[in-house]
Amino acid sequence: MMKNNGLTRRQAVVATGAALASPFLFNIARAEAATIKVGFPVPLTGPYGAEAQDQVRAAQVAIAEFNETGGLKGRRAELLVRDDKLNPGEAATRALELIESDKVDFIVGSLSASVQLAVNNVTKVRKVLYNSISQSDAINEAKEFSRYTFHEALNPHMTGGAVGRYAFSKYGKRVVFLSADYAYGHEMVRGFQAVGKAMGIETLADIRHPLGATDFSALLPRIQALKPDVLVISNFGRDQQIVLKQATDFGLKKSMKIVAPILLYTARIAAGAKAFEGVVGGTSYYWGLEKTIPSAKAFNDRFRKMYNGRLPSDYGSLAYAGVKTFLMAARQVGTTDPEAVIPAMEALKYDYYKGPEYYRKCDHQAVQSVLIIESKNAPPGDPDVFNILAVDQLSEADLRSCQELGFH
Amino acid sequence: MADLTLQLLGLQLFTGIALGALYVLLAIGLSLIFGMLTVVNFAHGAFYMLGAYVGLWLLMHGVNFWTALILVPLAIGALGLLVERTLIRPLYGRGLDYPLLLTFGLSYMIVELVRVFFGNTGYPVDTPDVLQGAVDIGVGYFPLYRLFVIAATVVVLVGLWLFLERTSFGLIVRAGARDPEIVRILGVNIARVWLIVFGIGTGLAGLAGLLAAPLQGVIPEMGGPILAESFVVTVVGGMGSLLGAVVAGLLVGVVVSMTSLFAPEMSRVAIFALMAIVLLLRPQGFFGRAGLMS
Repeated sequence: MMKNNGLTRRQAVVATGAALASPFLFNIARAEAATIKVGFPVPLTGPYGAEAQDQVRAAQVAIAEFNETGGLKGRRAELLVRDDKLNPGEAATRALELIESDKVDFIVGSLSASVQLAVNNVTKVRKVLYNSISQSDAINEAKEFSRYTFHEALNPHMTGGAVGRYAFSKYGKRVVFLSADYAYGHEMVRGFQAVGKAMGIETLADIRHPLGATDFSALLPRIQALKPDVLVISNFGRDQQIVLKQATDFGLKKSMKIVAPILLYTARIAAGAKAFEGVVGGTSYYWGLEKTIPSAKAFNDRFRKMYNGRLPSDYGSLAYAGVKTFLMAARQVGTTDPEAVIPAMEALKYDYYKGPEYYRKCDHQAVQSVLIIESKNAPPGDPDVFNILAVDQLSEADLRSCQELGFH
Repeated sequence: MADLTLQLLGLQLFTGIALGALYVLLAIGLSLIFGMLTVVNFAHGAFYMLGAYVGLWLLMHGVNFWTALILVPLAIGALGLLVERTLIRPLYGRGLDYPLLLTFGLSYMIVELVRVFFGNTGYPVDTPDVLQGAVDIGVGYFPLYRLFVIAATVVVLVGLWLFLERTSFGLIVRAGARDPEIVRILGVNIARVWLIVFGIGTGLAGLAGLLAAPLQGVIPEMGGPILAESFVVTVVGGMGSLLGAVVAGLLVGVVVSMTSLFAPEMSRVAIFALMAIVLLLRPQGFFGRAGLMS
């Protein structure tokens, strides 16, 4: 006989009936009775390994909090971490395994625009709830979206828009763009241009560099000669680290303000103070927010306690919120059934770690704040590496409209 | 482009020469090894990367940059001696593809070992204090460290030239490159010459890696792209020709730099376009001898 502790009488009857009817349904019934499984594919190996490790840490915080506060009618949650190797094919395979063999209830994860789209393709066909915690504009669009798709991360339109609004009004309107020649760079420039047009910026040059370039020196004399007020550098990871170092060497910071759409905590810690000093950028979260926001303080403290005083990173925190929203919505409706969880997610008004957030109805994009931060000259080992210059609390008007995204 | 001035072109030219300096250091080693040993050294990029990592390790343990500049080429050169003696020597006389495959596999092993000991993510390397900042070179400000890279390359080239042209060992090297058979008949221990040439080549690769570290940081995969580009340089300059490696190295640097000014997206493609054009017009490269590969 199957164990039915924690089951309602009705569920037990249904489950028993299902067990008799088909072995496949029997599995679903058993999964319902057991732990809540959250599949978590992230790029543990590869260039974003450090960020992915932090995503796992923060997701575990959400799981621990949920279990300590009683779970879902006694059902505990469990995180199933998988390595997607930053590869769309690998990620799709892992997602499929998580759904087929591990019978996960939710999938949360990703750290790349193309990887999240690959995972989303799997989850939407299988009708499994997926919360993406990595930047992408495409995932909001009607052709990629499904009602099972949620996007806790910011997207380039929101980030570029917020950073652009701040930088162009503060530092000037003569702008040079330097971006990595792939989706991330293109989407970011589009985000900056969208607000830039309204503010009347003058684009002096829009320079694209090959992804994974190791030397930017050949691009810098021209940028120097153009004498812009603002240089917007839209690239990521190692590209960003090298270009900022070389721009500093060429003395660009003396005559212009360097702006990056995203400044990562992990990247800044790894690269040291010098290259990043004075660079202004955006982020979804910085731990220093705890000085003004109580939920940030509570989250940081919990993270510190679990990991020996360590502080959560921006992408890590997204994982915390991504996992927590599903678990809290499921608790509210008393089940992990996607059809019940979706409306609960859509109705959720939450402040888990950075101030108020909610998912917009049409594209399930988390409407939230963008932090404008400036990298400061902190000594090695000091975790306080950014100054928060502004907190831009976005409204739906700052997002691309539902119509623009193809929803009717 | 309205803002195109002579100053900008001058600065761009200098940037290209600084880029080319690293290609020259790598291509000279490749060319030397190929010219003497007819070994296509696919591990050259791995030695370059290893030079950067050994340099990083020394800097982390309190060794100053100038001492590292001496120690790194010696260490990587010594490793080169070991590799030649134990791995490559048994393959002489077996055709071009044997040492090629061996060094190809070796490069994977070296990269993987570095990943094991230093991790996947790479490290930034600070520019030495006295070489920080930019100086006015007449056409505009240029980073001091890049000027130093050019100067270091010139010093190495002059040293290498004196060694090959003014010492009796250099005479043997040049003779060995022309006709190893005759040199051996004359009673010269050619195996020892090859050993040392391989060591010099890898030592130069290590030096180039260390010089590159403050420009771009270090990462286990850093040897890959630059190896491909250095092969282009040796092909354009002519396999086995040292003068060719110097001229082509600087030319490739300048071509990358000038393409970046007008069409940045094309800068990497331009290197290979240059190679295609040179191969069509002059298959043996600028200073290469025809038929060396056969």
